[in-house]
Order: sequence, then C-alpha cells, then structure tokens
Amino acid sequence: MAFLDYFRRAPKTASLAKDRLSIIVARERAGTRGGADYLPQLQQELLAVIARYETIDLANVTVNLDKSGGCEVLELNIVLPDAPPPPAPRPPQSALA
Amino acid sequence: MSNASKVVVVTSGKGGVGKTTTSANIATGIAQQGKKTVAIDFDVGLRNLDLVMGCERRVVYDFVNVIRNEAKLQQALIRDKRVDSLYILPASQTRDKDALDPEGVGRIIEELKQMGFEYIICDSPAGIEKGAQMAMYFADEAIVVTNPEVSSVRDSDRVLGLLAAKTSRAELGGPAIRTHLLLTRYSPMMVKRGEMLSVADVLELLGIPLLGVIPESKAVLQSSNKGAPAILDETTDVAQAYLDVVYRYLGQERQHRFIEEEKRSFFGRLFG
Repeated sequence: MAFLDYFRRAPKTASLAKDRLSIIVARERAGTRGGADYLPQLQQELLAVIARYETIDLANVTVNLDKSGGCEVLELNIVLPDAPPPPAPRPPQSALA
Repeated sequence: MSNASKVVVVTSGKGGVGKTTTSANIATGIAQQGKKTVAIDFDVGLRNLDLVMGCERRVVYDFVNVIRNEAKLQQALIRDKRVDSLYILPASQTRDKDALDPEGVGRIIEELKQMGFEYIICDSPAGIEKGAQMAMYFADEAIVVTNPEVSSVRDSDRVLGLLAAKTSRAELGGPAIRTHLLLTRYSPMMVKRGEMLSVADVLELLGIPLLGVIPESKAVLQSSNKGAPAILDETTDVAQAYLDVVYRYLGQERQHRFIEEEKRSFFGRLFG
C-alpha cells in the first residue's frame, strides 16, 4: 500500500550515521588516546589460556575497552564452539615437559 | 615581527574533502585584508595548490628545492597576481614524501617568519603519515576540514588525536594547538530530510569549535577550472561562506550562515 507508506516514517540515515560514529569514535579514542595499547596482547594471552580447555579461534575472542561516563568497562567476549570438544581438560603445556 | 606570525595547518585525514580549496580561499581572503600571507603546499609528489590558485605555469623552484638548498626561498615563492601580499610555496611534483624532514621544514618556516609573513597556511596532504605529520608539526592552529559523512568525521577525529600528540607543541609541552572545525560540502536540504549529518551532530562528535560551514556548490569546481579561488567572486554562496570564515578567523563576529535551507519564494521555486 503505497498510500500508507507515505505515513510510515522511513529510518533516517543521518541518525544511523551519528549512532555508528559515536561508537567508533569513542572506541578509537579509548584505543589511541587512553593509553590502553595492551589490548591485542591481552587478547593473545587469553586465547592461549582458553585454548587449553577449548578449541577456539582468535576471531571468536574480542576484547574492548569502553568508557561510559566516568568509568571504564573492559568487555571480554568469547564465543565457545557449538560441539563440545573431548571432555577431559588438557593440562597446561609446561606440565607435559 | 616573528612573534606575530601564525602557522595554520589545513588538515583532514581523508582526501577530497576540500583541504586545498580551503587553503587557497582562506589564504586569499586573509591576504585581501592586507596581511602578508603564504600558502605552502605540503603534498609532495601530488602538488595541486598551484593549479587551484592558477599559478602552475610560474613554478620554477619548489619547497623541496629550498629545503635541500638548491634554491633560495625568495626564488621558490610565487607572488599572486591578483592579491598583493599573497604568496604560494609550491610542493615538489617529483620527489617522495620523505623529502620533508622536521629540521628543513622548521628552518623554512622560521625564515618565512623573519620575512614578515603574518599567516603561514600549510596545506596538508591526505592521510596521517609523514607528509601530513610534517604539515601539522609546527602549527599554532589547525583548521580541520570535514564533510558531513561518516568516513570524513572518523578521520578528522584521528587527526585531532595526532594534533594533540605528534606536533612540536605537544612534544615540547607548549600550549595545545587551537583547533577549528570547517564543515564543507554541506547540504541543508539533505540535513532537513535526515539524509546528512547536521552541524550539531558533527560538533557533538568532534567536540571542537565551529569556524564555519561551506555549502555544497558548483562554484567550487568552476573556480578550480579557472584557477581562481572562489572567494574572489563575491557573488557566489561559497565566496560568501569563505569570507565569513576569514572575518571570523581574524576575530570579527559573524553569524553562521548556510546551515538552514534557504527559503525560496514561489516564483523562485518556479524559475530557479
């Protein structure tokens, strides 16, 4: 019904742009100006720990530092694989030596 | 005299947003007010300021020649034929960006100050690499040229980060570089329809004071076709917008224009 579409408000792309920018700009400011340049290394080390218990891909671990108001939030997001891997957790590498 | 000199970088991060157009117009406008002004093209390898200002056939020596002591500064400076007290220092067309180094650039800027230049306008290349960092390194003030578009706003924010960290003032612990936002290619009609970021949106995102808004206009292309900065033909909206920017920059109060859609009469709509 084209007639009714006239009254239906289309989403405004400008506000989409603003919302997307607010997020990316805040994230990049936290990354480059907040001094938290350890995030990639933290991500690698977390991955190494998790890999002892689960087979997991680097792409499935994300680490973010966000600022909301006066406090910083370290957000850790790990997506575990669907099929559970072998039941017994593997011991750390060092224990094998 | 040298204390009165101001080094102003025109920068943006993103290419094609209007840095060279802005450098040419602002330098011309300031010089028209009787201030001795020079516009330096920092885009080594891709010089264009000479073309936009219509002096491309008078380039003999360039910025890199002077840095390497192959020519004197006076030999490389091109005096504008339309506006007294306006000079252009062209970039090299053949060398690479590594041709610029802080010592050389600093020496030339100091020499320009000694020659009595009141405004030294540095037209930055696109990007955030060495060329762009050289253009901003000695700046006292920065004009951040931004389009109301996502990639441009994001890149401007990155550039603001660089201005706060990778400049002489930042490294020596001097007062922070004064930053100004210049929003270009603005279409009030699209903003009204919710199809373009508004001035208020961009100001909120970037958080720096607004120097002016330049409307999207055919006059910009026509002026670069001719090699005569738009500000010279006061009949166009772009010229009016840049004139406002120049007056505002020099300390006069000017109301912001070209933010709202122009109200057109019935006949204007019919025959416009």
